[in-house]
Amino acid sequence: MNTLITILRRVLVAVPTIIGVVIVTFILQRALPGDPAVFYAGPSANPEVVARVREQLGLDQPVFMQFLDFIRRLTHGDLGLSISSGHPVLDDLLSRAPASIELTLAALLFAIVVGLPLGMLAALKPGTLVDHACRVIVTVGAAFPTFFVALILIFVFYYQLGIAPEPLGQLNEIYDTIPTTVTGFLLIDTLLAGDTATFQSVAMKLVLPMISLGLFALAPIARITRAAMLETLSSDYCRTARAMGLSYSRMVFSYALRNAMLPIISILGMVFSFLLGGSVLVEQVFAWPGIGAYAVSAVMASDYAAVQGFVLLMAVLYVLLNLVVDLVITAIDPRVRYEH
Amino acid sequence: MTTHEKRRRSAWRHSLAGMLLILSSTAVALPAAAETPKDVLVEVAEYGPNSLDVMAPGANDGSQLVTWQIFDRLVTYGVKTLSDGRKVYDKDKIEPSLAESWEVKDDGKTMIFNLRKDATFHDGSPVTADDVKWSFERAIATGAFPAVQFAAGGYTDPSVFSVVDEHTFKISLPKANKLALPDLTMIVASVVNSKLALSHATPDDPWALNWTRNNDAGGGPYKVAKWTAGNQVVFDRFDDWKSGKLPALKKVVYRIVASAGTRRALLEKGDADIAVGLPPKENAELAAAGNVNVVGDLIQNEMYWLSMQVDMKPFNDVRVRKAIAYALPYDAIMKQAFYDRAVPMYGAKNVTSYPPKWPAVSPYNTDLDKAKALLAEAGYADGFSTELFIDLTSATVQEPMALLIQEQLKKIGIEVTINKVPASERFAKMASKTMPMDINSFYGWLDYPEYFFFWNYHGKNNSVFNTSNYKNAELDKLVDSAQSNDLDKGQYDKAISDMIGIVMNDVPRVPVAQVFSDVAMRKNVLGYTYWYHTHVDYRDISKQ
Repeated sequence: MNTLITILRRVLVAVPTIIGVVIVTFILQRALPGDPAVFYAGPSANPEVVARVREQLGLDQPVFMQFLDFIRRLTHGDLGLSISSGHPVLDDLLSRAPASIELTLAALLFAIVVGLPLGMLAALKPGTLVDHACRVIVTVGAAFPTFFVALILIFVFYYQLGIAPEPLGQLNEIYDTIPTTVTGFLLIDTLLAGDTATFQSVAMKLVLPMISLGLFALAPIARITRAAMLETLSSDYCRTARAMGLSYSRMVFSYALRNAMLPIISILGMVFSFLLGGSVLVEQVFAWPGIGAYAVSAVMASDYAAVQGFVLLMAVLYVLLNLVVDLVITAIDPRVRYEH
Repeated sequence: MTTHEKRRRSAWRHSLAGMLLILSSTAVALPAAAETPKDVLVEVAEYGPNSLDVMAPGANDGSQLVTWQIFDRLVTYGVKTLSDGRKVYDKDKIEPSLAESWEVKDDGKTMIFNLRKDATFHDGSPVTADDVKWSFERAIATGAFPAVQFAAGGYTDPSVFSVVDEHTFKISLPKANKLALPDLTMIVASVVNSKLALSHATPDDPWALNWTRNNDAGGGPYKVAKWTAGNQVVFDRFDDWKSGKLPALKKVVYRIVASAGTRRALLEKGDADIAVGLPPKENAELAAAGNVNVVGDLIQNEMYWLSMQVDMKPFNDVRVRKAIAYALPYDAIMKQAFYDRAVPMYGAKNVTSYPPKWPAVSPYNTDLDKAKALLAEAGYADGFSTELFIDLTSATVQEPMALLIQEQLKKIGIEVTINKVPASERFAKMASKTMPMDINSFYGWLDYPEYFFFWNYHGKNNSVFNTSNYKNAELDKLVDSAQSNDLDKGQYDKAISDMIGIVMNDVPRVPVAQVFSDVAMRKNVLGYTYWYHTHVDYRDISKQ
């Protein structure tokens, strides 16, 4: 019962956030300099054409009416037409989101698989070589911009060594068979189609972008893991567990790690949302057909509808993510359940 | 007519490219390159189309590329090979395309085109004179860029187009226009499958622009097999194409790769055959390294320059404008902004009159003493403060250029603040004529000086490109007369020379350079031909 109330409470808290995001994105877009009607009519357009474009875009209406219209269409799932791609924004986002999510999840997985053990080792052997290595990796990962790491990786593994595939999106248009879209996630779709060759190709092309983006997430994960583990390891219950004769590994994994998971899960949620944003630059470098690259070009072109759609999608994702994190924490830590 | 959208790229992308370059200079040896199949071409570019039809409202530069490949025009320019082996379009030779022959009558007022009887659209339906008439009427009805381009040929009234029979199309102009025929080689004069398009028209969209935006309604040598906006366009050869020799390439993949560094790496490794839109620095490096070919053709009827708003103080004084023209650090700009992928348009010596050609070399060159003297004469011995606007999408060239100018003008007491204008704001800003100084460039698809002057200097037209807000009745008269059909060759040449003389003396805009259209390609890519629109025409290309 308590769990249900916690979930409901969290969902309710999310609603005003979404409403706020809708309002802010709408106002922000209109506050930006530039006149989209003039931009889309082109340099040689006469005033009548500009007026016609303005009418088509609905920009001749008062701002309040534009907002009402925006809300009305939003309730029908209509995010408008992207002028820079010529397609409905919702279609654009839905067709591009899987590529970004695939990349982001892969990067997160990479960061966890490397960061968690690294942080644990550093905490278990503080002051040793492992600890210092951890510190160096964390510093480098946090200090280098993702696109820079991406370029270095391309330079070394594609350009110099020739072991990585070309940094040209998810698929090779010439050699790979494109699987029929089921989920939109190419790794899953190729497996569903039973096409292991294309699966391999897709997986190979994911490696470099995954590492470029993952390094960025690795730093906070390793650092938080180390700090949390240091704290739990020096706690009374861990000392007691050892004194009572429990094995070292049992103490580390069942007592120290379990209790350290709380801050780690919290940071994972945050890192995931960072990754969604950080993928923008990596997508640009690897020509990744995701929503990040889409958003950048939309902003450059004052494509109101596309930018609004992107920001809304991100906001919803953030809210959902926070919700999931909170729920996971509730499951792990009984104290949260009884706090309210 | 179009501006330098092709060179759009932002500063950070440039810095990416720069980093890759620094890294690559430490490279020891390149591993063996991968090659794409012989009948497949991979082109990488920074941006792509937002429409498959250039008629759609807001269609961008990428749409022009697609329209060129998937539609036919009645006529096209011939191609000539230069002494150094480069192939370029020939503006003096108009050749058959969809029309196998034509005749010009009544001193150019009537033109009759005989269409190929075997030509079909991609859906197999025959191309008829009705399609041509509908397509041209549609271009004029758009009101935007296509209509303006049509107007250049004297086509403002759709009633001049008529159908004689299924395969005969007629144009009857009220007044002869020397650009009437050349204008039909332009991208906007593409012939659309009217039956197919009309079956998708709606009351709100009588010209089916929303449908052709996303669907191929053409009959050109290539058809669109797949288009993912912002990602790629895949072209397949149209095997039943009749309006020319069947192209060698069966498939073309046009990939959008935002990062210039990645584009360069893909080309050098052989995963891409052609890379376009690389910054001049990259092209200069690639050309010097010699592993790939960098083909540079000077863009016709083109000028890169600094404009001054002649209604704003102190630029209303011609002496101040001349002082600026004598102060610019021209040589440094050529090296550090253009990396010599451009030719100088300054420093002509002992000029008495100008040859009737555009772009013309200005008589100005860096001479700070002269600049100082002129400023003192105009009452600005202590200098002044002003603003310089640059186009953010062309920041790779314009930012170093602006910084060099800022540094130089400081030496004669002029304090310059640099402002960057984003793409979304650019046309509005240009139209407002509120920029004291701005860097911009222009090139005309049609290679006629008076055409360039009409868009950039003509006071009555005063288009957005006339950022100087320059108005000169005498010049307007000369431009108008050169545009008419009334002058003989001698009179025409004199009018052009006089026009150039006026703007060089009044100097509302300071010529700096004419830039190359650079296309970097693998050595096995043959047949590349420069076209007025600067896009690669896939029908010309074959691979060894």
